[in-house]
Amino acid sequence: MDILANLWLGLSVAATPINLWWCLVGCFLGTAIGVLPGLGPAATIAMLLPATFGLPPVSALIMLAGIFYGAQYGGSTTAILVNLPGETSSVVTALDGHQMARQGKAGRALAVAAIASFFAGTVCTFLIALFAPMLAALALNFGPAEYFSLMVLGLIASIVLANGSILHAVGMIILGLLLGLVGTDVNSNAQRFAFGLPQLADGIGFVIVAMGMFGVGEIIANLEGEGTRDIMVKEVKGLWPTREDFRRMIAPTLRGTALGSLLGILPGGGATLASFGAYALEKRVSPNGHEFGKGAIEGVAAPESANNAGAQMSFIPMLTLGIPANPVMALMIGAMIIQGVQPGPSVMTEQPALFWGVIASMWIGNLMLLVLNLPLIGIWVKMISVPYHLLYPMILVFCAIGVFSLSNATFDVYLMAVFGFLGYVFKKIDCEPAPMLLGFILGPMMEEYLRRALLLAKGDATVFVTRPISAVMLAMAACLLALVLLPSFGKTREEAFKEG
Amino acid sequence: MRSRITSPKDFWAGLVYILFGAAALWLAKDYRVGTAARMGPGYFPLVLAALLVLIGIASLLRSFVAKGDPISEIMWKPMALILAANVLFAVLLPRAGAVMALLALCLVSAAASKEFRFDWKATLGLVGLIGFCVLVFVKGLGVPMPILGSWFEPYVSVPWLR
Repeated sequence: MDILANLWLGLSVAATPINLWWCLVGCFLGTAIGVLPGLGPAATIAMLLPATFGLPPVSALIMLAGIFYGAQYGGSTTAILVNLPGETSSVVTALDGHQMARQGKAGRALAVAAIASFFAGTVCTFLIALFAPMLAALALNFGPAEYFSLMVLGLIASIVLANGSILHAVGMIILGLLLGLVGTDVNSNAQRFAFGLPQLADGIGFVIVAMGMFGVGEIIANLEGEGTRDIMVKEVKGLWPTREDFRRMIAPTLRGTALGSLLGILPGGGATLASFGAYALEKRVSPNGHEFGKGAIEGVAAPESANNAGAQMSFIPMLTLGIPANPVMALMIGAMIIQGVQPGPSVMTEQPALFWGVIASMWIGNLMLLVLNLPLIGIWVKMISVPYHLLYPMILVFCAIGVFSLSNATFDVYLMAVFGFLGYVFKKIDCEPAPMLLGFILGPMMEEYLRRALLLAKGDATVFVTRPISAVMLAMAACLLALVLLPSFGKTREEAFKEG
Repeated sequence: MRSRITSPKDFWAGLVYILFGAAALWLAKDYRVGTAARMGPGYFPLVLAALLVLIGIASLLRSFVAKGDPISEIMWKPMALILAANVLFAVLLPRAGAVMALLALCLVSAAASKEFRFDWKATLGLVGLIGFCVLVFVKGLGVPMPILGSWFEPYVSVPWLR
């Protein structure tokens, strides 16, 4: 079996002591920062990214993946204990998880979340190992036209999955695409939107934008709600779920994993839609549906397994096509480029050790989280109870030093302040930063593929619909767009997001 | 007269889009456009900027039709303090050095909170944090930040502090 041989190769890379160590460090730091209220995975990774620059590529990516799972799990912990989900994908976990915590079942809620996540992670590791090579093989036939259409599909999907106004999602994507073009045009060497500043010649660093919007901007917004938090961290005991709990969580976990893996491959949303979808589905089919919202175990197990599955499956387009499905994957791509690895279908064939090592480390990372988090819950609770007014100056310190260390330039710190301001303004007017970041990272790639495709076709724009794979992807994008514009679906979409 | 804008968030978002779009159009006006087959550096940005302006106009129009929530109060003071803290850090870092820059960043940003009290616990935390940063980032990870910056150069001759 090829897949087993590949996974074995991956394990032999990921299970070396040094890589295990970095995976552990990543999981630990990711959880430690991810549990802090108001810090989602994107902000956590952006903050910790500079710490991985000194490592060799494999270790750096393994550590980053560990940070990602840790942050994801940390977010759920915070959602259950504080009812303050750090990211949209754990919003629904907070519904029943926090109710369980209020009933004194916080420990069991946390354990159920951890076990459901671990199960989903295990299944997805195998699914990725199974499907990634197929997709990579398919992607080797992709020309610029296919890549362009794929990105259009990805952007349209992210519009559909963004919770909020469609008009603003489109606006933010275009704004992001434009911001992504700042710097030197690779084809003509012309400077665009650089105001003659040499610091902008290489474009705006993605980490700067992410830290500005998710770090600084978020802090300003969080200061509004000071003193209104409801912390349920008095005591967390009785960690082990009962036999009855186990029985009740099996079916929801299976369904959540299945739904999450399906939705996770879609570019643009992944974890968020998966957790909302799984919760809504479970509420309908579960015999205990009436308990939902009042502390039902199913209401924790289903969204937790789904969001972990979704989050992990979003690695597939990133690893095989080099296309980010969400801001977190965009950061991973940024990290790969910094490490000198050009993401795309050739990574698997040219650097199998790296490719399979990262995949195998996913499973190891999930296992570590399960083993780490339950015994260490006391530490996480302490971290959550640090008052916000002591916490945010520290976050700012790490953001400022992190951004400075990217290229040892104070200019980047000024730029981060600008994006912090923009982040706060956008939050005020309900414009989501996630689609903008996606546009930002895809901007230069899209332009490049569009140019190449049209150059090859001698300016004939029909090339996008005459090539079959490209046509299928554009048709899918058109269907998605038509679907959201239909009034009946629009209503369902609104309801799905209101569930939270 | 009562304002006829029924959805202020759409209104301001529209203005933001138009602002960015128009600025991009103006900046890109001299970029070579080229043809579809041979795009110049101006082609893609101009198309995007024009689209952004259109979306801005659509959002403006919608603000007079759709019903939306009002914008919650803007917290000018915390915003100004947090942003100022970042700028101050960047200004001070090469001149006064990491210790002073971090001190300024922490104190100015902490002032943005209503709950922050400057007591012995906070002082201890501050000293600890700055010590940690100097040891880990400057000495450990080798981030090239001067511990004491150019202002102190004539007075301090210990190379460890550079």
